[in-house]
Amino acid sequence: MSADQTKTFIDREYQWGFVTSVEAETAPKGLNEDIIRFISKKKNEPEFMLKWRLNAYRRWLKMEPPAWQHVHFPPIDYQDMIYYSAPRSKKDGPKSLDEVDKEILETYAKLGIPLDEQKRLAGVAVDAVFDSVSVATTFKEKLAEKGIIFCSFSEAVHNHPDLVRKYMGSVVPYGDNYFAALNSAVFSDGSFCYIPKGVRCPMELSTYFRINSMETGQFERTLIIAEEGSYVSYLEGCTAPIRDKNQLHAAVVELIAHEGAQIKYSTVQNWYPGDKQGKGGIFNFVTKRGKCVGDNSKISWTQVETGSAITWKYPSVILQGDNSIGEFYSVALTNHYQQADTGTKMIHIGKNTKSTIISKGIAAGHGINTYRGLVKVLPKAENARNYTQCDSLLIGDQCGANTFPYIEVKNRTARVGHEASTSKISEDQLFYCRQRGISSENAVSMIINGFCKEVFKNLPMEFAVEASKLLGVSLEGAVG
Amino acid sequence: MLEIKNLHVSIEGKEILKGIDLKIGAGHIHAIMGPNGSGKSTLTQVLAGNEAYTVTKGEVIYQGKNLLEMSPEKRAREGIFLAFQYPVEIPGVSNAYFLRAALNEIRVSKGLDEIDAVDFLTFLKEKMKLVEMDPSFIHRAVNEGFSGGEKKRNEILQMAILEPTLAILDETDSGLDIDALKIVAAGVNKLRSPERATLVVTHYQRLLNYIVPDFIHVLVDGRIMKSGHKELAFQLEEKGYDWVREGV
Repeated sequence: MSADQTKTFIDREYQWGFVTSVEAETAPKGLNEDIIRFISKKKNEPEFMLKWRLNAYRRWLKMEPPAWQHVHFPPIDYQDMIYYSAPRSKKDGPKSLDEVDKEILETYAKLGIPLDEQKRLAGVAVDAVFDSVSVATTFKEKLAEKGIIFCSFSEAVHNHPDLVRKYMGSVVPYGDNYFAALNSAVFSDGSFCYIPKGVRCPMELSTYFRINSMETGQFERTLIIAEEGSYVSYLEGCTAPIRDKNQLHAAVVELIAHEGAQIKYSTVQNWYPGDKQGKGGIFNFVTKRGKCVGDNSKISWTQVETGSAITWKYPSVILQGDNSIGEFYSVALTNHYQQADTGTKMIHIGKNTKSTIISKGIAAGHGINTYRGLVKVLPKAENARNYTQCDSLLIGDQCGANTFPYIEVKNRTARVGHEASTSKISEDQLFYCRQRGISSENAVSMIINGFCKEVFKNLPMEFAVEASKLLGVSLEGAVG
Repeated sequence: MLEIKNLHVSIEGKEILKGIDLKIGAGHIHAIMGPNGSGKSTLTQVLAGNEAYTVTKGEVIYQGKNLLEMSPEKRAREGIFLAFQYPVEIPGVSNAYFLRAALNEIRVSKGLDEIDAVDFLTFLKEKMKLVEMDPSFIHRAVNEGFSGGEKKRNEILQMAILEPTLAILDETDSGLDIDALKIVAAGVNKLRSPERATLVVTHYQRLLNYIVPDFIHVLVDGRIMKSGHKELAFQLEEKGYDWVREGV
């Protein structure tokens, strides 16, 4: 496509960049043990939690930031950042929606996430996280009838300390990696889900993350536990205001699936990507991992990553139980100066374990898109199966795509398949669509949606529509 | 309806069309024949608006408007349809979705309402019968994994749905067996009407047994060397293109 067409398609504004003016209670800048004690005290945490945080912090101090990734950014000054910011009106967390700050409710309404249960689609329960704290969780009572716990992480620490102690860090230990250690030390909130034995969660559970304050990092943890034979589908969405300074988002997500349980985790990530010159934007450095603890369990990750200046994450599955299944479906889009290094790790431990990886990378403008994935088959994983497919689509001639598949097989019965392709939206395809009356912008968006179809079909219906729109929006201007 | 005046066209600095003059009136079918490399396909691509080609001289008037100023999508919305010699594959985009998007963009440009998915499906199935296409093609990705013949048939299906004012067929007969050829021709003939015109580009006389043209033009080395009625096709078949070349 011509340079002109490419240019118009790339130029479009980020629509979620507004700031909510709400009085915030903020920790002083910087990171030290006092700040960690401050956060823990703010949240009125039990002793075990503070200990855990301090251990993580001490470990983090001894660690070096990783340098193997295919993304570039200046060193982060961890002392020039705020680690806790909460809307002031909140003390122990509002008891009901009536107590939530009106400004905040309006913020979520503006983002298309009304928290008022009457106005919400009946099928989705939401936990809304605003900067460092959870401000509201909907449909809690209705879920409680089935024994499902869906609440903020802070509430879980108070009300279900045994579950938190048992599972927190069981999939991602605090010393796992640099950013996981940082998160473990300073995490402020997040979502907690517990699905009891044999229960099929009747609605989609979702968390909507919003960064509002300036110079604040968001460090949340999500913990999902699916007991024997249970099922849950969980969605997460994210946005942030336009700021010209980079902000760090370092989350940890842990999933635990017991025997026969299924967890489906979907993400539509749309953090502020920075401006057209690459100034500002979120550094999205996230550790997501699930463990198929029980036999016949299944964990499925679906992600659509369109935002962030840098996306750096590998939602992974440890396939410990026999016959367990891990899936990873990903669409990552980089436009302007965005960078993404994303993929997955599938660790086959149990017998007859199966994993599927479908990754679709789209690069436009000066974007760089890297798939990095590991398929590891351990000696006892008899008859392990993996299928990996990585496709890259380039728009324009200044972007780049890389694929780094790592395969380690220690059992001869394993079957591992890998397919990769790189393509460009061709002039011929565009001309063909335009000859049928379709504008080039719609044509590109159609071609890209076609490219991503295998991933989108794994998203819950309404999310799929949103994701497909988002992709059009993020790319609008990349072709004209 | 269409008037081409002294049209010169180059691609990558090489002149392909060296002064084409052609008038197509409503209700008529014109056929362009010619040897390989004579510029037949170039002419169809230029009429459809392919920006890879440069018009260095001449003009094209379509329904009183300057066609060369219009974008490809604008031309399509004004009723120009090109059945491609090599239809393009669009992975992951279903035929139904693609066609409805095209039809709706054209309808909206004319101030009409969009057609909804249910009505469209009924309409699509009806048209598919016309070109004897299996309903399974509705949900298959555009041209992906189609055989040569299926692709050509799909082009005619698209034409039947978009109901163009000026249909241009670029070697639609190449690679078709006789049965498929008949189906394609039937599709084109169904669209025949006093308000519409068709330009058929072909290599062989064979297609013209089924789509009977009102006029035939012979294109050699970027120029129309001879024009006439349908008998010209038989003469060409018999004597070959050298006969035209020598006649100049």
